[in-house]
Amino acid sequence: MLCDVCNKNPATVHLTEIIDEQMNELHLCEDCARHKSAAMEQQFGLSDLLAGMADFEKPSTKEEEVVTIKCPSCGLTYADFKKIGRLGCGECYNAFRKYLAPLLKRIHGSNQHIGKNPTKVKAITKLSRKKVGLSELKNQLQKAISQEAFEEAARLRDQIKAMEDKKEKES
Amino acid sequence: MQINDLISHTSEWLKGIGPNSDVVISSRIRLARNLNKFPFPHWASKAQLNAVLEASSQALEKVPLLKKSTLFVLANLDSIDKQFLVERHLMSIEHTQKTEQKAVLVNDEENIAVMINEEDHLRIQLMQSGFNLFEAWEIISGIDDCLAKLLDYAYLDDFGYLTACPTNTGTGMRGSVMLHLPALVMSRQIERVLAAIAKLSFTTRGLYGEGTQASGNFFQISNQVSLGHSESEIIENINGLIRQIIEQETQAREIMLTKSKAVLEDRINRSLGILKSARIITSQETIELLSMVRLGSDLGMIKDIDRRTINELFIITQPAHLQKLEQVKLSSDQRDLKRAELIRKKLNLL
Repeated sequence: MLCDVCNKNPATVHLTEIIDEQMNELHLCEDCARHKSAAMEQQFGLSDLLAGMADFEKPSTKEEEVVTIKCPSCGLTYADFKKIGRLGCGECYNAFRKYLAPLLKRIHGSNQHIGKNPTKVKAITKLSRKKVGLSELKNQLQKAISQEAFEEAARLRDQIKAMEDKKEKES
Repeated sequence: MQINDLISHTSEWLKGIGPNSDVVISSRIRLARNLNKFPFPHWASKAQLNAVLEASSQALEKVPLLKKSTLFVLANLDSIDKQFLVERHLMSIEHTQKTEQKAVLVNDEENIAVMINEEDHLRIQLMQSGFNLFEAWEIISGIDDCLAKLLDYAYLDDFGYLTACPTNTGTGMRGSVMLHLPALVMSRQIERVLAAIAKLSFTTRGLYGEGTQASGNFFQISNQVSLGHSESEIIENINGLIRQIIEQETQAREIMLTKSKAVLEDRINRSLGILKSARIITSQETIELLSMVRLGSDLGMIKDIDRRTINELFIITQPAHLQKLEQVKLSSDQRDLKRAELIRKKLNLL
């Protein structure tokens, strides 16, 4: 397919414009697409999207607080985050917790981590150096559930699943 | 190991072996990790970045799996070298920009690469040939365990591993599978498949990751969600999706074979013919034609060219690789000539 504008180069950019409920399809080569609209160059990146999403977080309380709230560790403000879509340091997550928790939930559908944990890794690896068998893991899982140690149970469940999957693959 | 040593050998993941390797080129897992008490790279001072670089490279030296590896400091590399590493999928395009205090560690087998001071302090990636995410996860998780004992990671119990961009928070894990889907593209079913993937909150990208267009029937599919699911759940979700896509591609190939075998055979052999005789060829055309040749090899229509040779050609015909092989800077026109020459040599020797 050739470009609708120059009719010379192959069309690689396909645009659908909706103007007054009229749908127009445009097939452009890269050069013409670039000329066609400077706005297209200005990519609508992830940071814009995030900044947009962060905007929804404006609480009913003072708006100013949101903008001026600052990470005590690295000095990044929530306004900075909204502009660049990146946080400044790990401590920002604590500083902006009130606003980040709902934002994370919107991005991931959850704001509760249930995967690996580096402090556990430090503690556990010494024990698990000895190869723990599947049945032993299952015992540990039962024990963890009965003690309501759910984080530990989730970790064990994943470990068992990974082992079983591996077994299945091998067989 | 020097950059120039890399060119003479083939990355582990290009071997073209492993489960479902007729459709799946490679499986990749990457983990984003940051050091506690240091600002993320974009917000850190030069001195802080230096400290991160030093602490990270020291820790990486102690990881048994990374014993045989090389640290490339990006400020010491010229633009061709940097592009060369991108073409080999050892680092991102983003990592070639503003290179002060950035580095990448690559192991000798070239299946493990660790970017230092990219968007996060550490981006650890592992590439496997074929459809093999769980195995990739087990290896990379082991490396991560070693590093966790040597470095103080930025981590909170509720949010998990903390990353510069909140889209990576939680597990900090992205699993990606590179698929070759020529039959779905030719039978015009790909749009439907891609639309379904997007609805399930997975992302599709091109050959070189973020911000690149899918070309030559190659699609990289990865998870978007990194928080609220365990690593194995995320992998299982990707696997479930990939299995379905593999099935659809395989079906589409079978239908083409029964309904339009002659047309398919013609197209595949014409592609090989052009590659074997062209005197001038662009990298885009090369990718498209090699894609057809690969399909021919997968379907048993081309018998004398193996997958590994085809995979290799995809990489060594890229601009920086050609210039490395020729050891001179080449203009785009010169590259098109050299590329054709290289392909002819490789394919006619067989």
